[in-house]
Amino acid sequence: MTAAGGPVIPNFGSGSSCVTGDHLFCWDWVKQHWGDTLGPALAQHVELTAIAVSVGFVLAFSLALLAHRRRRAEQPISIVAALVYTFPSIALFQLLVPFTGLTYTTVEIALVSYTLVILFPNIVAGLEAAPPEVIEAARGMGLTPRQTLFRVEVPLALPAIVGGLRIAVVSTIAIATIAATILPKGLGFPIFYAIALPTPFKTEIYSAGILAIALALVCDRALVLLGRAVTPWTRVGG
Amino acid sequence: MIYDTANTHTFVQALRFIADNPGLLATKALEQMELSGAAIGLALLVALPLGIVLGHLHRGSGVAIGASLFGRSLPSIFLIAVFLTVLGLGFENNMVALAVLALGPILTNAYLGVEGVDEDAVEAARGMGLSRSGILTRIELPLALPLIYIGIRVAAVTVVATAPIAAYAGGGGLGDIIANQASYRLSGVLGASICVMALSAGVWALLLALQRATTPKGVRVARVQNPAGELGKEGL
Amino acid sequence: MSTAAEIVFDRVTKRYAGRDGAALHELSLTIPAGTFCVLVGPSGGGKTTALKLVNRLISLDEGDIRIDGRSIRELEPVELRRGIGYVIQNVGLFPHMTVGDNIATVPRLLGWSKTRIQERTAELLDLVGLEQGDAKRYPSQLSGGQRQRVGLARALAVDPPLLLMDEPFGALDPITRARLQDELRRLHHTVAKTVIFVTHDIDEAITMGDRIAILREGGLLAQYDTPDAILAHPADEFVTEFIGEDRALRRLALRRLSELELDPVPNPDRPRVEASGASTVRNAVSLMVESGESRLLVLGDDGTPIGVLSLAHAAELLR
Repeated sequence: MTAAGGPVIPNFGSGSSCVTGDHLFCWDWVKQHWGDTLGPALAQHVELTAIAVSVGFVLAFSLALLAHRRRRAEQPISIVAALVYTFPSIALFQLLVPFTGLTYTTVEIALVSYTLVILFPNIVAGLEAAPPEVIEAARGMGLTPRQTLFRVEVPLALPAIVGGLRIAVVSTIAIATIAATILPKGLGFPIFYAIALPTPFKTEIYSAGILAIALALVCDRALVLLGRAVTPWTRVGG
Repeated sequence: MIYDTANTHTFVQALRFIADNPGLLATKALEQMELSGAAIGLALLVALPLGIVLGHLHRGSGVAIGASLFGRSLPSIFLIAVFLTVLGLGFENNMVALAVLALGPILTNAYLGVEGVDEDAVEAARGMGLSRSGILTRIELPLALPLIYIGIRVAAVTVVATAPIAAYAGGGGLGDIIANQASYRLSGVLGASICVMALSAGVWALLLALQRATTPKGVRVARVQNPAGELGKEGL
Repeated sequence: MSTAAEIVFDRVTKRYAGRDGAALHELSLTIPAGTFCVLVGPSGGGKTTALKLVNRLISLDEGDIRIDGRSIRELEPVELRRGIGYVIQNVGLFPHMTVGDNIATVPRLLGWSKTRIQERTAELLDLVGLEQGDAKRYPSQLSGGQRQRVGLARALAVDPPLLLMDEPFGALDPITRARLQDELRRLHHTVAKTVIFVTHDIDEAITMGDRIAILREGGLLAQYDTPDAILAHPADEFVTEFIGEDRALRRLALRRLSELELDPVPNPDRPRVEASGASTVRNAVSLMVESGESRLLVLGDDGTPIGVLSLAHAAELLR
C-alpha cells in the first residue's frame, strides 16, 4: 500500500554494506537521510500534533464547561466520546477523505477527534473536583457564578487538565503516524513505506519509530514541568 | 489506493454491506478476536502478576506508572513493523505487538489497585495475624479488583480497536477489509469499522459483567465512564 | 473600624420543599447594631437556615429581613453578599491561593488598589492573631485553627457591618476552640460589629453571646434574651431542658470574682482555699465544695488577698 500521490523518497541511499546487508540498525543511513527523510518527517509530525492538540483542547474545554453547567449534557457527550475512541483509526482517516480530500484537514479532523475524547472526561472530572465548602464560601462571599468558575473551579481543575493533556499529547503523537495512510507526512510515512518494501527496511522503521517515541516522552516531561509551574500550591508540604 | 467519491448514502451502504456479507464479516471478526484474545492473554500473563506484586511490595511505582506512559507513546504501526522484522510474518508477530499495547493499562492499574488499598485495613489484618500471602489474597486483591478490572477493560478495548492495523503485517481480521478500500469500497470500510466498534462494546460489556459477578458486594465500584476517560484516571 | 448594622427578622417563614414541617415559622427578632447574637438549638431548629436567609444563599418564602432598615430583597444577592462577612465550619479557603490572596478576594472584586489591599491585609493578620509572614503561605500548610483565623480575616476584609458565622469552631479540637472563642470575644469588643453566630452547643452560646436566640424544632423561637436572663428565667420546659439542670452554676460561671463586692479578709481565721480574682464564681464554688470549706479567699493580680467569698454569698447572687 502506498498513499496515493505521495512522492517516492529514494530508499537505501547510497547503499553502504550495512544497508544492503540489512543489518539491524545502520547509523550511516540515519545520518545520511536525516535531512531528507527523518528531519522533515519529525517537523511535520510536530506540526500535526500541535494543531490537533490546540484545537482539540479548545473544543474539549468548551464542551466541558457546557457539561459542567448542564449535567445532563455530559452523558450524551461521553457516549459519543466512547464511540470515537473505539472507531479504528485507519478507518476514520479513510472515511473523511471523501468529504475533505487527501489533505491536512482530513488528518486534523481525525486527530482532533481523538484528542477531544481524551481531554473531555479529564477536564470535566477536574472541574468537579473543587471541594463543596470552597464553592459555598465563594458563593457566600459574593462571587458570581462566572467568577467562581474562572477564579476557583478552573484553577483547581488544572492538575486534572494537565494530566489529560499529557495523555492526549502522547496519544496523538502515536496516532499521528496513521496519518501516513492519507498524506506522506509525519513520522508514520517512513514506517509505512519501509514496511511495504519487499524486504522491510529495519533502520528506517526503527529510527522513525524511536523518534516518535522520544518526541512523545519529551513532550510529556515538558508538560509535567509546566504543570508544576502553574500549580504552585500542590508543591508545598501540607 | 482508490478513494471513493463523497456520499451521504455511505452509511446506508455500509449497513447493506454488513447485511450482505455476514459470512465474511463473521470469519474476519473471529480472526480478529482470536488475535486480540491471544494478545490480551499474553499481556495478562506478564503484566497482571507483575503489577500485583509491585503494588503489594509498594515498590517500583516508577516502572508501573511509566509503563502506561511508555505504552501510550508506542505507535501501533511501529509495533507491528518491529515485530514483523523480528519475528517474521505470521500470527505471533501481531500477537506480541498488540500485547505490548495492552501491557500499560493492565500493569499500571493492577499496581495502583493493590498499592492503594486502605492502609488501615492492611494494618488491621496484620494485627489479626494474617500472613503476607493471606493479606494479599484476602484483603488486597479483593479490594483492588475494581481498578484491576478497569485496567483489563481498557487494555482489551484498546487491543480490539487497534487490531485492524495488523492487516499491514498479515494479521487478518476486520483490518483486511478496512485497509483494503480498493476491493471493498468505502461502504465495506465503514461496515467493517462498525463491526469493530460492536466488538469493542461487546468486550467492554462482557468484562464489566464479569467484574460485577466476581467482585464482593462490599467493594465499591468506581464510576465507569468510557475507555478514553478511564485512561485519564491513572496517576498524574 | 466600628461599622455595625441592625438586623431585623420580620415574621420570616421558610418551608421545606416536599415536607410538611416548616424550617422556620414566623421568626421575628431584632438584633441591635453591634450585638453578638447567637442562634442556638437542636438540629432541625432552623438556625443555619435563618443564617443563610440573611445573605440570600437560601430564599425567603414569607416575611422579610432588614439590614439597617433596608430589605435584603432590594439588593442583588451578589452585591448583598459582598457587604456581609461569611464564615463556615470547614472554612472553605481557596486551596490554590495564598492566605494573602484569599483575604484579598472581595477587595479585589470591589476594585481596591494594591496598596490599600496590602495595608488592610497586614492589619487583618494582626487582628486575627497571625504572623505577617503567613500571607505568603498556602492553606495546606496551616493548622485547623490558623485556617479558621484566615477565614475570619477574609470575612472582615472589606469591614462589613455584619458577620455571619455558621458553627465556625465545630471542627476544631477543644483547646483550639476555647482559644478561638476567647479571641473572638475580645475581637468583638474592639471591632463591635453585628455578629450572627450559629451553634448547637449551648455552652458556646452562653460563652460567646450578648443575646441568645433559642430555636426549637419546627423553626420556632423559644426564647430570645441575654444569657443570664435565659439561665435565670427559662421560658418553658424545652428551654429548661436544653440549657441543662446545672443552669444555676452556669449563671455563676458568667461572673468573675473580681467584679463582686467581697467580704473583708479576717485575720486570723483565714479561709484555707483561695482563688485569683480573674476566675469565675463557679470555679470558686467548685473549690469550696471539693474541700468542704464554706469560705474562699480571693487574691488580686499581685497575689495579695482582696476579699473573701462565702457560699452563702454565691447563692445570693442567684436571686
